[in-house]
Amino acid sequence: MKLRNKEKDVIALLSKAQRENKHNYITEDKLKLIAQEAGLSYGEVYGVVTFYSLFSLKPRGEYIIRVCDSGPCHLMGLKSIFEVLEKELKIKVGETTNDGMFTLEEVSCLGICNEAPVMMINEKVCGNLTPQKIREILRELRKKK
Amino acid sequence: MNTVNLTINGKLVQAEKGSTIIEVALANGIKIPHLCYEKGLSIAGTCRVCMVKIKDRPGMEAACTTEVVEGMKVITSDEEIDEARKLIVELILSEHKHDCLVCESNGQCELQDLAYDLGIDRILFPVSKSVEPTEDSSQVILKDPNKCILCGRCVRSCAEITVQRVLDFAARGSGTFLISGLDQPLVDTDCVSCGACIQTCPTGALTEKLARFQGRSWEFRKVQTVCPYCGVGCQIELNIKNDKIVKVYGVEEGPDNKGHLCVKGRFGFDYVHHKDRLTTPLIKHNGKFEEASWDEALNLVATKFKELKDKYGSDALAGLSSAKCTNEENYLFQKFIRICFGTNNVDHCARLCHASTVAGLTRAFGSGAMTNSIREFERADVILVTGSNTTETHPVIGNYFKHLAAYNGTKLMVVDPRAIELTEYAEIWLRQKSGTDVAWINGLMNIIINEGLYNKEFVENRTENFDEFRKVVSKYTPGKVEKITGIPEEKLIAAARMYGKADRGSIVFAMGITQHTTGTDNVLSLANLAMLCGNVGREGTGVNPLRGQNNVQGACDLGALPNVYPGYQKVSEAKVRENFETAWGVKLPPKDGLTVVEIMDAASKGEIKGFYIMGENPMLSDPNLNHVREGLENLDFLVVQDIFLTETAELADVVLPGVSFAEKNGTFTNTCRRIQLLHKAIPPIGKSREDWKIIMEIGKRMGYPMAYHSPREIMDEIASLTPIYGGVHFDRLGEQGLQWPCPSREHPGTPYLHKDKFTRGKGLFTPVDYIPPAELPDEEYPFLLSTGRVLYHFHTGSLSRRSKPLDGIAPEGFLEISPQDAEKLRIKNNGWVRVSSRRGKLKVKVKITHRVDKGVVFMTFHFAESAVNLLTSDALDPVAKIPEYKVSAVKIERI
Repeated sequence: MKLRNKEKDVIALLSKAQRENKHNYITEDKLKLIAQEAGLSYGEVYGVVTFYSLFSLKPRGEYIIRVCDSGPCHLMGLKSIFEVLEKELKIKVGETTNDGMFTLEEVSCLGICNEAPVMMINEKVCGNLTPQKIREILRELRKKK
Repeated sequence: MNTVNLTINGKLVQAEKGSTIIEVALANGIKIPHLCYEKGLSIAGTCRVCMVKIKDRPGMEAACTTEVVEGMKVITSDEEIDEARKLIVELILSEHKHDCLVCESNGQCELQDLAYDLGIDRILFPVSKSVEPTEDSSQVILKDPNKCILCGRCVRSCAEITVQRVLDFAARGSGTFLISGLDQPLVDTDCVSCGACIQTCPTGALTEKLARFQGRSWEFRKVQTVCPYCGVGCQIELNIKNDKIVKVYGVEEGPDNKGHLCVKGRFGFDYVHHKDRLTTPLIKHNGKFEEASWDEALNLVATKFKELKDKYGSDALAGLSSAKCTNEENYLFQKFIRICFGTNNVDHCARLCHASTVAGLTRAFGSGAMTNSIREFERADVILVTGSNTTETHPVIGNYFKHLAAYNGTKLMVVDPRAIELTEYAEIWLRQKSGTDVAWINGLMNIIINEGLYNKEFVENRTENFDEFRKVVSKYTPGKVEKITGIPEEKLIAAARMYGKADRGSIVFAMGITQHTTGTDNVLSLANLAMLCGNVGREGTGVNPLRGQNNVQGACDLGALPNVYPGYQKVSEAKVRENFETAWGVKLPPKDGLTVVEIMDAASKGEIKGFYIMGENPMLSDPNLNHVREGLENLDFLVVQDIFLTETAELADVVLPGVSFAEKNGTFTNTCRRIQLLHKAIPPIGKSREDWKIIMEIGKRMGYPMAYHSPREIMDEIASLTPIYGGVHFDRLGEQGLQWPCPSREHPGTPYLHKDKFTRGKGLFTPVDYIPPAELPDEEYPFLLSTGRVLYHFHTGSLSRRSKPLDGIAPEGFLEISPQDAEKLRIKNNGWVRVSSRRGKLKVKVKITHRVDKGVVFMTFHFAESAVNLLTSDALDPVAKIPEYKVSAVKIERI
């Protein structure tokens, strides 16, 4: 059926697909299935996915680190936070570590300026960051593995 | 009140309520600059170029999104507005590749025009975008992302007109870009190459790939004419440079296509200039063609035909006219055969497509043509499409159906053995076994009568023979029908309720209904169904056969048939005959002539000796080709008049070079009876001659001079002898043409037939029983073969296979087979198989697909390399003499 299926919420379907994927992304096959289910064209679904930066079409790490890139965080020393992360993880913004554990992303504003500089790891907020604190967080996560 | 009064720039105008400012302004000749707005597409309101001021409202509003209201005062231009527009255009220009110097759209670019109109004399902002590569994977469409201004018109035409939804936008903000599919090359998407995106693109972002560097807008001579492919009758504008067609656009005012075209109409014109065009007459000497002068060839043709007529009598001669030629040429051809040959042995390929329609509908209603008009489909609540793969065979109508289903709330119901594209847009799809149509239609009517859903008033007042008909239908219970057709009871019931309850139900059909030994019965059954529900004689209803060839309707109308003169006036009626004898000044033969397949039979038996074929290719199109070859080779003298040396022409003794649609004047009649003007665009290629002139020359040499100076004069004669064309005159046709019946010079034409009264008086119900097809699969030949067409080719491919883009997209034939059968036979996709029937065999590649059901295979008849008509059965419908192309039994072996 190629007619639009009004009962299907395409964003919910996409979020679910991404959540259920262990590499935190939406595969091409899944994208096509969702398009068919919602009666949308491939282009329409692709448009939605690429519109929202929270969706990814590329495999990502188990932990997605989203660093707040807004003014207050910059004032509170964001530059060194990026430097530490890039050095520790050996990747640049937008990349994933070779072991598939971390993906580093920047995000416009997390809206928690009182804890600046701030980042999120998956659903968890980590504020008042210092280089030392970041190293500890990463060490903890690596230990868990 | 439905009209509102407003002023635009102080000018008082009236407008329909609900219309937008831009629509009203443009309709009143007031220019408002715009980029993302286009008539016929939905409103986007994104470019902001059409900003206007409205008195007593703050700021500016977009004219394309703002509805008019009573008393509104609109200002379309002042210093402030112009400044705002200028800034917007300057911003667009900062993201645009400025290579106007070599841009294909130079001179017809809306952005260029706008910049000029606004007096933008320098680039205010530096061009900020990085240069992306052009995308040229498609055979016909070139995509240059650097010139895209993101107006979205292509996205909307792809979604709303073609309803293919290939194009869209990805990402956001300043990173937004145009994609096809999942950001794939066009060739890997569902793109059907219709080119609607090119036609709407305001800049050079989407252009015709093959027209690159072939000419620019101001160099073209533009000629408006009619597409030479299918029966939709799309109006096209040829863009010509140095007598060569370079581009084709759809004419927005075209009454049936409204600017839309399919891949064949827009890109399939290059056959006109193909190197294979016949440029001089050919005469065969010792099995080899040699070039000849026109005099030599015409004298030989006339002498030989006269000789054969004297020796064997008139009925040893026959002619095939052409559904590709004009009305005037068809009229002349049948006149020539009836007078100079002295026989009614004249027919054409309508015999092979809609002979059963003409027979069935004439019997039931009194007229054999499409009852309603194409653009009336949007008035229907339910459209029942059966035996028509509309999106491939009549793409402009097929896309319109998709549009209506997606945007108009029209319910589509498809009954087809194959999972054709339209099934994806249908509310209900019934998959009947091939050749069981009478059974499911009777089943549908059985339910409609039992549930009291039929139109009692209509049946009582406007029809006859209902009781006899009812008796037969009562036998077709849903259970019985399921056994015959394979359609589950509950689906049949749902379908019956859907059609039965519709206020306006329209039935559409084509070859899936007609090409059966029960073709006439099938058509009669559909006529019964329409009458039962009162769906005749109103807008948006009817029984609508989609005619295949551009002028097959006209060829029938003008009497290129063995039993009727122009206007379906019977040869056997003495009064009619006398009328034509008086007009033409000769004695005419009283006996009905032979039909296409009967002529071939008679030729192989030696009863037909001389044969004149104009613009037809029976060596690919007719059933049981080995038998056709036998017949044609058995002739004493065969003359073929064509634009290419077709498979049939190769067997001829004399070949006469006719001309293509672009090289002649005249008229074509489309599927909804619309007579439209052709305009000669280029001179004949080489020494080829217009077909009507050739017929006149042979006539003269056979002792019947016909001295017409132009097709216009021929049409005047047609009008005087053909009541349904009585009021047709070239001066009246203009852009909108005329729909017959048009009996007088004052008559406006007839959009739909049988309004208050059927042509025959009362509609006739005919009781019809189910009869199985002539040849069904058995142990030796276990598969049911059905034949048809693909989007990219037409008929026997004489034209489309000589078009570079069309043959480039679809270069070879294939056999569709179901995955289950493929597995059983251990065949792989694209593997080769041998297909054989009781009549012949061929080799072909396999396409494994769910489109066909288990036990069924499908092939097209476009390809000489795998000529499916070697296999097909020449069993005929007893009434209409149409062969059963849709059902023959074959076996398949892996090779």
